Amino acid sequence: MLDIFSIPLPALFGQLLLGLINGAFYAMLSLGLAVIFGMLNVINFTHGAMYMLGAFAAWLMLTNLSIPFWASLVLAPLIVGLFGIVIERLLLKRIYHLDHLYGFLLTFGLALVIEGLFQWRWGSSGAPYPAPIPGGYNLGFMFMPAYRGFVVVAALVICLATWYGIERTRLGAYLRAATENPTLVRAFGINVPRLITLTYGLGVALAALAGVLAAPIQQVSALMGSNLVLVVFAVVVIGGMGSIMGSIVTGFGLGLIEGLTKVVYPPASNTVIFVVMAIVLMVKPAGLFGQSK
Amino acid sequence: MRDALLKVDRLEAWYGESHILHGVGFEIGRGELVTLLGRNGAGKTTTLRSIMGIVGKRKGSVQFDGQETVNRSSDTIARLGIAYCPEERGIFSSLNVEENLLLPPPVKPGGMGLKEIYSLFPNLEERRRSQGTKLSGGEQQMLAIGRILRTGANLLLLDEPTEGLAPVIVQRIGEIIRQLKQRGFTILLVEQNFRFAAMVADRHYVMEDGRVVDMIAAADVTQSIDKLQTYLGV
Amino acid sequence: MTNQRFLLAAGLIVLALIGPFFVYPVFLMTALCFALFACAFNLLLGYAGLMSFGHAMFFGMGGYLFGYVVKTVGLPPEVGLLAGVGTAALLGLATGVLAIRRQGIYFAMITLAFAQMVYFICVQAPFTGGEDGLQGIPRRPLLGGLIQITDDRTLYYVVLAIFLFGFAAINRFINSPFGQVLKAIRDNEQRALSLGYEADRYKLLAFVLSASLAGLAGATKAMVLQFATLTDVSAGMSGEVVLMALVGGLGTILGPVLGAFIIVAMQNYLASFGEFVLVIQGAIFVVIVMAFRKGLVGEIGDWWRGRRKAS
Repeated sequence: MLDIFSIPLPALFGQLLLGLINGAFYAMLSLGLAVIFGMLNVINFTHGAMYMLGAFAAWLMLTNLSIPFWASLVLAPLIVGLFGIVIERLLLKRIYHLDHLYGFLLTFGLALVIEGLFQWRWGSSGAPYPAPIPGGYNLGFMFMPAYRGFVVVAALVICLATWYGIERTRLGAYLRAATENPTLVRAFGINVPRLITLTYGLGVALAALAGVLAAPIQQVSALMGSNLVLVVFAVVVIGGMGSIMGSIVTGFGLGLIEGLTKVVYPPASNTVIFVVMAIVLMVKPAGLFGQSK
Repeated sequence: MRDALLKVDRLEAWYGESHILHGVGFEIGRGELVTLLGRNGAGKTTTLRSIMGIVGKRKGSVQFDGQETVNRSSDTIARLGIAYCPEERGIFSSLNVEENLLLPPPVKPGGMGLKEIYSLFPNLEERRRSQGTKLSGGEQQMLAIGRILRTGANLLLLDEPTEGLAPVIVQRIGEIIRQLKQRGFTILLVEQNFRFAAMVADRHYVMEDGRVVDMIAAADVTQSIDKLQTYLGV
Repeated sequence: MTNQRFLLAAGLIVLALIGPFFVYPVFLMTALCFALFACAFNLLLGYAGLMSFGHAMFFGMGGYLFGYVVKTVGLPPEVGLLAGVGTAALLGLATGVLAIRRQGIYFAMITLAFAQMVYFICVQAPFTGGEDGLQGIPRRPLLGGLIQITDDRTLYYVVLAIFLFGFAAINRFINSPFGQVLKAIRDNEQRALSLGYEADRYKLLAFVLSASLAGLAGATKAMVLQFATLTDVSAGMSGEVVLMALVGGLGTILGPVLGAFIIVAMQNYLASFGEFVLVIQGAIFVVIVMAFRKGLVGEIGDWWRGRRKAS
């Protein structure tokens, strides 16, 4: 049998696939964080809670209303996006003029409230969500569950679509311009406050979409996003928030590194991303894709 | 002025705590090209920004085409048909030249087409895929002017379009501004460069300490030159 | 003004001295530990302008080291306290060197990420007892048997002394020339740099000092409650100390102390609500950020000055 460093190949590829899936979630979440930060100047701590809400929305719709996964893939992000819009209109809007830290604290508090309510109502143990695509393929060197393959492809498509939307469309141009100079963009006749609300809604919907995709892989639980968001912060620090493509590449790359660590030295797999962050901070403080300062 | 497009009356404006405009009043007729002259800090840029609705606190009256705008937000003012070219030009570095040109959305029918704009500024077409801020200063200025011609706005607010540019380019911009006037645009121009202003404008308003203190018609410029030099401190 | 301050200080000291005769001493000791923790956090935010969202790593590690030294190794508690402070200081130095390379919101995210790393290490490392933590840390006598601390009331005065030492150290630091430079850097880093101050060194020193005192607070808490668990090193604890400082008033001297007492009391009385306490804490965050950004001490101070002006 083919071995690398005496690691059986199926285990290696299995972990790499798992890493790729985690990376897909890192990428989708850090993408939303970066876009929201660019427009709102708020580091959205509720991002993990929104991811959880996406998964919960899908699970609740399935168990109570028998709405299938594929419909949830559209409905859940829509619901959570609208929820985000309400939060932006009611709360975030009022603190843009303050130091960034207040946005961080406000969204931290909101995350506590949202996650606390779900934990109180549904407990912290997870609920399973049946895989929408059963079965899998034997690729010769490993067994690939069909749904996991789908998640990687879907996440890649979503990330590239987001990149295209921001870098190549008219709305994306408004977004980029308003990130640079909102006052001037508004003076050109564009309703910037509405654009900001929309951005937050979209960023949050992206997190919810990741949550729906994650539901059949992880357990649906109140705290599924709270640890994830901390790892995603590290991803954002590593990649820097300057570029959309940078967020995507960093997200997938770190997922793979994590997967690889799980094969080579399992105890370090939880901490490897933070170690990478420390190294990047030493070598390139602005982040791999960030502009200086 | 019977047919004034823009009427500014007793306009006051504040930046935070500091009171910048203390009752500015002037009018611009349809199709006219008018300049605001004055020393640094007289309130010329603030006047433009107040008309555009960018200054936080404003009082008094700004009527555009018969509509009061002093309490409106800048995006709704823009949609009435006023376009603004800021002093710092405001070219977006994350957008290429063409994206910069296409950024301001059309607000009225009758704006210039992309082709027309490129024929007015051939340099921009050559560099349409370049990053906006990679252009030379003159090209950036042309881009800043070009991008507000598409929208169909009929009042253009130009803030020091010649600042820091080589004489050849200043001349070129002068030609373009005259062409725009011929096309029927109404233009309010803020200028430090009096010789340039005198070349293109129908009338001049002189500002001092946040007020309009004098008006000089183009025909009277030669005999008022001493007075103007005192105003401008040259 | 100075007269009023003196009266306030005297009143507080009297309260602190007679406190354990009226209130359950363990509650007071816990609150004092958190008060010291919150003051240490506030030193960094209020006077260096650096918001650390990972201070639990110093607090929690202080507790673990105390427990390890006293329970596993069997050394006296003063060595445990020193070990806790020393470890927190070293950890502060290591994370501080990296974190101060970025400012503002990035600083918060980086400290948070490092704290998460420390958390994962604590889950796996053998000396922390993993999920169970270190339980039943003995209360050995202090100073070679001179002070027996098995009695809660005696221990209370030891804890009070530790708190006052830390509190005084912070105030001494803030009012020293060093603290003045730190404030200048906070207000305008470029200007301080152009005056020749090496801003990063000052920030790093403040960070290490803050980390050490947070470690002292954590070690003291382990001495009082006789256990050290993952809770104290978790991200939730990092958030809790921010909440304490925020409730009391960021950048005020007494605010964090008041905030710590309020939050600890709240947790005591709301313990029966279970997970709902988190919801309440989150809601307090939201309300304070939206409406009372100066915190209790800040708002009371404003009200007081306003009243004096009016009269």
